[in-house]
Amino acid sequence: MIRSRSIHRVALAATSTGLAVALIAGCGGTTKDSAPSAPANAPASTKAADPNAAIKEGLKISFLPKEIDNPYENIVDKGGISAISELKGEGKEVGPSDASASSQVSYINTLVQQKQDAIVVAANDPNAVAPALKDARAKGIAVVTYDSDAAPDARQIFVNQANSEDIGRSQVKLLSDQIGGQGKIAILSATPNATNQNTWIGFMRDELTKPEYKGLELVKVAYGDDDDQKSFQETQALLQSIPDLKGIISPTTVGISAAARYLSSSPSKGKVALTGLGTPNQMRQFIKDGTVKAFALWDPSQLGYLAGYAAAALASGQISGAEGETVKAGKLGERKIGKDGEIILGPPTTFTAANIDQYNF
Amino acid sequence: MRDRIFRWESVLLLLVVAVLVYGASSTTGFSSSDNIAFLLLDNTEVALLALGLLPIVLTGEIDLSVASVLGFCSALTGQLWNAGMSFETIVPIVLVAGAVLGTVNAALIVKFGLPSLAVTIGTLGLYRGLAYVVLGDGAVTGFPENFRPLATDTVPGTFVPYATVVVIVVGALIALVVHFTPVGRALYAIGLGSETSRFSGIRVDRVKMSLYVVSGVIAALASLVYTLRYNSARADNANGLELTAVAAVLLGGVSIFGGRGTVVGVLTALLLMAGLRNVLFLNDVTNEIQNVISGLLLIISVLVPVVTNLLRKRRHAAAAPPPPSTQTPSPPDPVGAAAASGPYEEDQR
Repeated sequence: MIRSRSIHRVALAATSTGLAVALIAGCGGTTKDSAPSAPANAPASTKAADPNAAIKEGLKISFLPKEIDNPYENIVDKGGISAISELKGEGKEVGPSDASASSQVSYINTLVQQKQDAIVVAANDPNAVAPALKDARAKGIAVVTYDSDAAPDARQIFVNQANSEDIGRSQVKLLSDQIGGQGKIAILSATPNATNQNTWIGFMRDELTKPEYKGLELVKVAYGDDDDQKSFQETQALLQSIPDLKGIISPTTVGISAAARYLSSSPSKGKVALTGLGTPNQMRQFIKDGTVKAFALWDPSQLGYLAGYAAAALASGQISGAEGETVKAGKLGERKIGKDGEIILGPPTTFTAANIDQYNF
Repeated sequence: MRDRIFRWESVLLLLVVAVLVYGASSTTGFSSSDNIAFLLLDNTEVALLALGLLPIVLTGEIDLSVASVLGFCSALTGQLWNAGMSFETIVPIVLVAGAVLGTVNAALIVKFGLPSLAVTIGTLGLYRGLAYVVLGDGAVTGFPENFRPLATDTVPGTFVPYATVVVIVVGALIALVVHFTPVGRALYAIGLGSETSRFSGIRVDRVKMSLYVVSGVIAALASLVYTLRYNSARADNANGLELTAVAAVLLGGVSIFGGRGTVVGVLTALLLMAGLRNVLFLNDVTNEIQNVISGLLLIISVLVPVVTNLLRKRRHAAAAPPPPSTQTPSPPDPVGAAAASGPYEEDQR
């Protein structure tokens, strides 16, 4: 009895005091709508960029991935570090072992103290890293995001892997080329509400309305939920319910590899074309055994490479991150900076039997 | 007298000085006021959690749900802020939420007599799950700029962040209660023998219960600092931070079996962990190696007192017959860890 009564008493006292304070405080105060917002975006650089400035030698540029043990991000960063070596700078990769929102902040502080010339970061949380990145910029450090953007006012340039429109439209072309532009096709997507996939599928549908694709008929969009087992079963169901199916597009790495695995051991192997977005390592055997002729993905090492060049150009005062400026990116050629400081790597790379062995990711 | 010199707190303090000297002399950027301010700021939340945890561990119990309470309160802050509530209203509500979560822990542990380890492992998952129920996996941002400086800025003219002042105040309050009041003495007594203290007239249940409520409120306070500092309310905020807090408490010389430990020890341990981490960061030591180093440090901190105690016993045994046991029966403690790791002489009565 004593126990339960005292629990009640403590809880009651705490709750009533708190709520009383809340009610008093509730009259007026700072709300979302009245809150003074963050100071307006300071101009990226007070100095005007000089497009003819040379890239400085010995630039210290660090790559901060979402997490250090992610193989995809490691390839991206290797590409970035190779770009920095080409420019005679010192590139390095540091990062947290977990992809939590705040773990990158300690690293950003460290890089600021180490007086790096530029930080290239794939943000785990666009807002959590923003104050630290703004602090870095205030100290004259160039800030570039890649793969996953931070709040736009916290960085100067965002290097995006590929634009959604390119991805969507190029998939249709890839499949059409394989089946001679004729026949029924289906899409095997991730989850029904996946933002990326739905955007791409939107562009695919639009592309299919063009006259050169009038022979193609999209009969079904199936969802494998980015689950290997489910994607496998959905592929099976597609082939059974549409006997004259000619091709499948699976714009997700999980879907395409599950579909390829099903096709490779089914009688439809070689008769139904499969394409989509996959990584060379998971698709290699299906390219070799003829199940898949061609698929696509951006080259992650090029993503890092471009980000590295952009960071070096910023740190050398060659660009300021303003729309319309040009980044000279070594072997990739030039890229224009678009709206909101965004640069797009370019159309995805297509992998076929001819080139797949050059890639390892 | 020898024991005085070898007090664990003194060892920790020497280590802190060693880290600071090493950092300042070998690592560029370490001693800049920006870096020191960041070092302090970056550890405010874990310091608060550890301070809330200390009195609980003194009684021989544990609270592993602290970081999940932080996560829940952060998610709640985000949801209420999104709903258009004023920040002044959100603060007390969140603190009450922390108290309520602490009360749930307390009720399960005290009222039903369940082991605190099991209960708080359960609520660790439960509260984190509820955080996702409240906010989903999104993030809320845009917290008011008139409050954020409290969690990000330093007191003008110094390198001490406001948030560190909060830690010092909370630390001083806890030290006051733990070391200078009857309630504080009761904590040590409960830690040394729950039944004995009950029969000695200490209201064990009530004391334990209020400790969990306090721990919940402090975790809620930590959540406000966290949310404002990162300007991001998320359900996964401070995921896993409870282990760092427990590590700080143990490294600070607090016995996991209860009955031994000081606030100074915990704060010094926090400073040591923060300084070491920062120096390692600045020298580009990878996360894996950092984990190895902090893991070893923790093991050594638990091992050293046990070994010294064993050595001392052996010496005693060689010199004279073992002294009669004057202590009340304490929880199972085969190697004398509880007696050894507690450098708090005054309480070894």
